[in-house]
Amino acid sequence: MTQRTLFEKIWDDHQVRPESESTPAVLYVDLHLVHEVTSPQAFAELRNRGARVRRPDLTLATMDHSTPTTPRSAGRLQVLDTQASAQLDQLATNCGEFGIRLFDLDDSRQGIVHVIGPEQGLTQPGMTIVCGDSHTSTHGAFGALAFGIGTSEVGYVLATQTLLQRKPRNMEVRIDGVLPSGVTAKDIILAIIAKIGIGGATGNVLEYTGSAIRALGMEERMTICNMSIEAGARAGLIAPDDTTANYVSGRPFAPVGAEWDAALSRWDKLTSDEGARYDRSVHLEAKSLAPMITFGTNPSMAIPIDGRVPDPAAASSGAERTDLDKALRYMALEPGQSLLGHAVDVVFVGSCTNSRISDLRQAAAVMRGRHVAPGVRMLVVPGSRTVKTEAEAEGLDRVFKEAGAEWREAGCSMCIAMNGDQLRPGESAVSTSNRNFEGRQGKGGRTFLASPLTAAATAVTGAIADIRTLS
Amino acid sequence: MSAETLEPIVTLTSTCIVLPAENVDTDQIIPARFLKTIGRRGLGEHLFADWRVDEKGLPRPEFPLNSPEARDSAILVAGHNFGCGSSREHAPWALIDYGFRALISTGFADIFRNNALKTGLLPVALTTSAHAMLLDQLAESPRAPVTIDLETQTATLPDGTLHAFAVDPFARHCLLNGVDELGFLLGQDAAIAVYESTHSSRVCTS
Repeated sequence: MTQRTLFEKIWDDHQVRPESESTPAVLYVDLHLVHEVTSPQAFAELRNRGARVRRPDLTLATMDHSTPTTPRSAGRLQVLDTQASAQLDQLATNCGEFGIRLFDLDDSRQGIVHVIGPEQGLTQPGMTIVCGDSHTSTHGAFGALAFGIGTSEVGYVLATQTLLQRKPRNMEVRIDGVLPSGVTAKDIILAIIAKIGIGGATGNVLEYTGSAIRALGMEERMTICNMSIEAGARAGLIAPDDTTANYVSGRPFAPVGAEWDAALSRWDKLTSDEGARYDRSVHLEAKSLAPMITFGTNPSMAIPIDGRVPDPAAASSGAERTDLDKALRYMALEPGQSLLGHAVDVVFVGSCTNSRISDLRQAAAVMRGRHVAPGVRMLVVPGSRTVKTEAEAEGLDRVFKEAGAEWREAGCSMCIAMNGDQLRPGESAVSTSNRNFEGRQGKGGRTFLASPLTAAATAVTGAIADIRTLS
Repeated sequence: MSAETLEPIVTLTSTCIVLPAENVDTDQIIPARFLKTIGRRGLGEHLFADWRVDEKGLPRPEFPLNSPEARDSAILVAGHNFGCGSSREHAPWALIDYGFRALISTGFADIFRNNALKTGLLPVALTTSAHAMLLDQLAESPRAPVTIDLETQTATLPDGTLHAFAVDPFARHCLLNGVDELGFLLGQDAAIAVYESTHSSRVCTS
């Protein structure tokens, strides 16, 4: 039997019909996650056709993108934006009509779709998982083939539980060695994207391998896989191991008893075979990595935090020079300048990249006994209500509040700026989210992507700061 | 494709609008604040909103889509890796609503390309040299027409040269023959049922 990669094993296991030259594969979907923004038109299409949802039992909906994160009053969230409110109501109507379980704003399990899937034990190794959101790649941390789809495809999955897919290529990203102090999963993925480029993994499923990846906890692995899309990848994967099984074990939707034993023996086989071939491999040494920060207007425009903003004049092509020029103009930065000491207005800790309990613990450890610098606004937005409750039980909310930060309700918040949490024109933010595109966090806002450690160090300094030298 | 999909394109001859930037992300094509809609229409008004309009809400005269000719052009010519970023299908919906029926670049982001094909917006990836030739010719004659032929998978540049482009055979078949992908998948019901009977569910959400 030929050696197969992890990706090929999952792919083969989900083919309802293999692909031919004329027709893509019909691929079965094990779990479909749904949210308010990319689903209304898909449900409308089902209604037009008189179609039903084929497998409501493999579908879960939540509200996250346009939900307010301002504190609840009398336990209820008030949605003041009438358009957002209508969209949220539409999701509730659709879920009711089609029999889909919904974690709505009153549900204690509500949160960002890519936080709650793993947290509830729904995300498991070997599965195919889709959602109308590009950061679905997050779930690949469990060795699940997980990718974002558009609204037409959301409709296809609702109606048939399948998708038409061409088999992507498969690329290995190997990181060996031990991470230096102050360097986290976020820094690894920003370094990878800077190396392979914003479109460098287009058409590929990435598999992250190597001893530095094996040493990471599940939440750190999620941070890595989350941003696979920022290099253009279809998905990111990390082979499951004991760390994975220990994380899944005992969660609400995880298998139990004999089913758990059967799952473990299935998961055991989910590794790339010795000698399996990738279309391409890229290597990084963990020991050479530093805390990373973006300086430009896409996530590949990143440098070590003590580095210098590149000079467009030194770019390798005219197109790259134009791109860099435009980015530096937008960010109001000069070629060759250091970002350390660059003043910011806002610090945002949150998003499906970095809003889990370990992220909040890291940020809180920096904030404890320190204070947010004058003139800086810091928002801490837990990824789910479960994370929020856990953080409050540990007293992290008090640490943030005593430091002068805002402790908010769960949601996507300032990562996508659909819910009123946004930068004003010209404001700068260090953000633990995943995209620094122009206007992403609010029209005219300038985003510097970094880790929770860097974000917290920046908040207390009032300017971009290196966690390794924070006094 | 859906019930709201446009008529299939077999050939299209049109002037072009050139947006030479590389890595144009979907947040630029349609900023997230416009995604709070439950319909597909009306997004053209907000296409490239933050590039088209300045802080005061006034059109930026230098932006290509603000030229008087832009409304007549059904082809947008952009730089490499067009449509990177989010999975929002609102991006192709906005481009179509504005009046575009085809895009020319040297490469498209995966999810964007899939979404475009499913909504009847044709992404045409030319070679770097053909793309450069097209940009040169349009710089010289901005109103020169380009013809895209899906049947023969060729683009005819203003100078009359023919350049091949690749389209997934299934997507091409669907576009040319008005085949509806959801209908195709619904027609796989028996095969899907067989798969379900031989593969037990991994989770149960209900």
